[in-house]
Amino acid sequence: MSAASNVDLSVSIGGLTLRNPVMPASGTFAEGLEKVMDFNRLGAFVTKTITRELRAGNPLPRVVERPGGLINAIGIPSKGVPYFIETIMPHYAAYDTPLVVSISAPTAEGFASLAAELSIPGVAAIEANISCPNIEEDGKAFAMRAESTQKVTRLLRTATELPLWVKLTPNTGDVPEVARAAEAAGADAVVVANTILSMAIDLKSFKPCLGNIMGGLSGPAIKPIVLRQVFQCAKAVKIPVIGCGGISTADDAIEYMLAGASAVQVGTATFLQPAAMTTIIDGLEAFCLRRETPRVADLIRGVIIEEADEPDLAWLDPVS
Amino acid sequence: MSIQLDQAHTTAMPIATAAGSACSGAPWKASIVAELAEVVRNEAVNAEYRHLVVNCSEEAAAAQPGQFFQLLCPQPAGEQPFLRRPMSLYGADPDRRQVEFLYKVTGAGTRGLDTLKPGDRLDIMGPLGVGFALDPGWRHIVAVGRGAGLATLAPLARAARANGAQVTAVFSARRPDLLVSVDLFHRHRADVIAVTDSEQTSGPANVERILRRLIADGRCDAFFTCGSSRLMRVQQRLAREVGLPGQVAMEQQMACGIGLCYCCVRDFNVNGEIVNRRVCWDGPVFDLMEALP
Repeated sequence: MSAASNVDLSVSIGGLTLRNPVMPASGTFAEGLEKVMDFNRLGAFVTKTITRELRAGNPLPRVVERPGGLINAIGIPSKGVPYFIETIMPHYAAYDTPLVVSISAPTAEGFASLAAELSIPGVAAIEANISCPNIEEDGKAFAMRAESTQKVTRLLRTATELPLWVKLTPNTGDVPEVARAAEAAGADAVVVANTILSMAIDLKSFKPCLGNIMGGLSGPAIKPIVLRQVFQCAKAVKIPVIGCGGISTADDAIEYMLAGASAVQVGTATFLQPAAMTTIIDGLEAFCLRRETPRVADLIRGVIIEEADEPDLAWLDPVS
Repeated sequence: MSIQLDQAHTTAMPIATAAGSACSGAPWKASIVAELAEVVRNEAVNAEYRHLVVNCSEEAAAAQPGQFFQLLCPQPAGEQPFLRRPMSLYGADPDRRQVEFLYKVTGAGTRGLDTLKPGDRLDIMGPLGVGFALDPGWRHIVAVGRGAGLATLAPLARAARANGAQVTAVFSARRPDLLVSVDLFHRHRADVIAVTDSEQTSGPANVERILRRLIADGRCDAFFTCGSSRLMRVQQRLAREVGLPGQVAMEQQMACGIGLCYCCVRDFNVNGEIVNRRVCWDGPVFDLMEALP
């Protein structure tokens, strides 16, 4: 379709050019999707989060559905670095699609050493999942605060020359401030955001629905919230913002790009429609054709805010 | 005891390999598809179970015994099931391009399925997972099932017959009127031994007596089971004692159904080591001896 339509779907994310702005969200992608879609059509691959330590993951149940989304607490099961390099990486080498490796660690130094170890041929970028607990700060996620985000990003920056994406949490009061901290410390892009901390209780047993008690909400239910955060972050930083939160359709992806996203990650939608990503790519192209937009990148930050429409954030935010 | 995540290994040959996976060079073709299938029938077969038949694509109709589909269930009044629902294959007919399911209405998803009428569309995704494998050398196999497990085992009747193996089915239910698949097994010339709670014949001791007799008569080259941990343990004990192979179809709550999310993992005992596997992708059919209840 691209060849015939002449729409340029490519986007540039901090020095890395993607053939289109659509990629999976970490944790919702694996080799199995190869049976569903042509991997050479994706903008990028994003792996499940890799940790240095072997992790079994959380107790079951790990997922519960709620209207418009699901709450998960998988717990980042990981088979470690050698397994990833020897078994997982070769699988993606057959494709002409950049491989973005998601990493996590319990300390800032752990993040840096893992990024250094994974800065190898075949890896196109590092996505640091800093929404995980920081054991140096009582288990509070790195991305909860600007200071801890700046510290871990600075160490990561010295550890790798690969494009560095920092994945932020939506569960903090001032996401744009955290995004600015990541930018100041040398991140090439920020991914906004992750799942929203949530809970569900079973009315028969009176027990939490998840083995981990709390989990992260994803799916269409969170889209308006994360879209707002992408809009705020895109105003706060100059580096690209990658939108991630409840994107199921091309319209969702376009809305995110207009809000300021340079690319989008699709996760939960793949659980419902396994070919969601390629459907979204087709839809983006069709939209650009219809609007006579020669390049999909022209949509980025395209939202039109009239002077008089500037939101009064102080009034909107009941906390301030 | 160390915990590992591992790929499942099957010992016998698959009944047929699923459509080939993509490789660079050849034009890419999907082997797992989500499609809008047309409902042909959706009727009660007894007080608990309903039989759903849909017209589908060639790829879906090529589903093998033990595989499953992820159904995007219609929303029943007042409820919003979000995820797809895994449903084991009850029957597949490549010639008529149909697949069949047997389900019990238990939650929002199956209440949605209950609303389907002939001519309606249902979004089905599959075939998924690793199904049963039949060794061409097996002359007699024994299928032991309870509850929804009877539906999962049903496609074995036809496959085993096509493979030249005689099937003895030991089916367990609360009451005789709740047994399903019996006629289907009879049609494929299988022997069916029904045991029920109401007749007090379904206890593990009686099932063990039945299985020991089948083994003694040379009518059990392998066990196939689904739907009861208690009966699985009986078969594991006998299989170990006599040195018989076996396969079990496991159930688990799922989200993606294609190995992405790790919601449906279970523990397996692989040579004394506890290994985590995904029921949707590494299974749902596993080696009987490695399964843990």
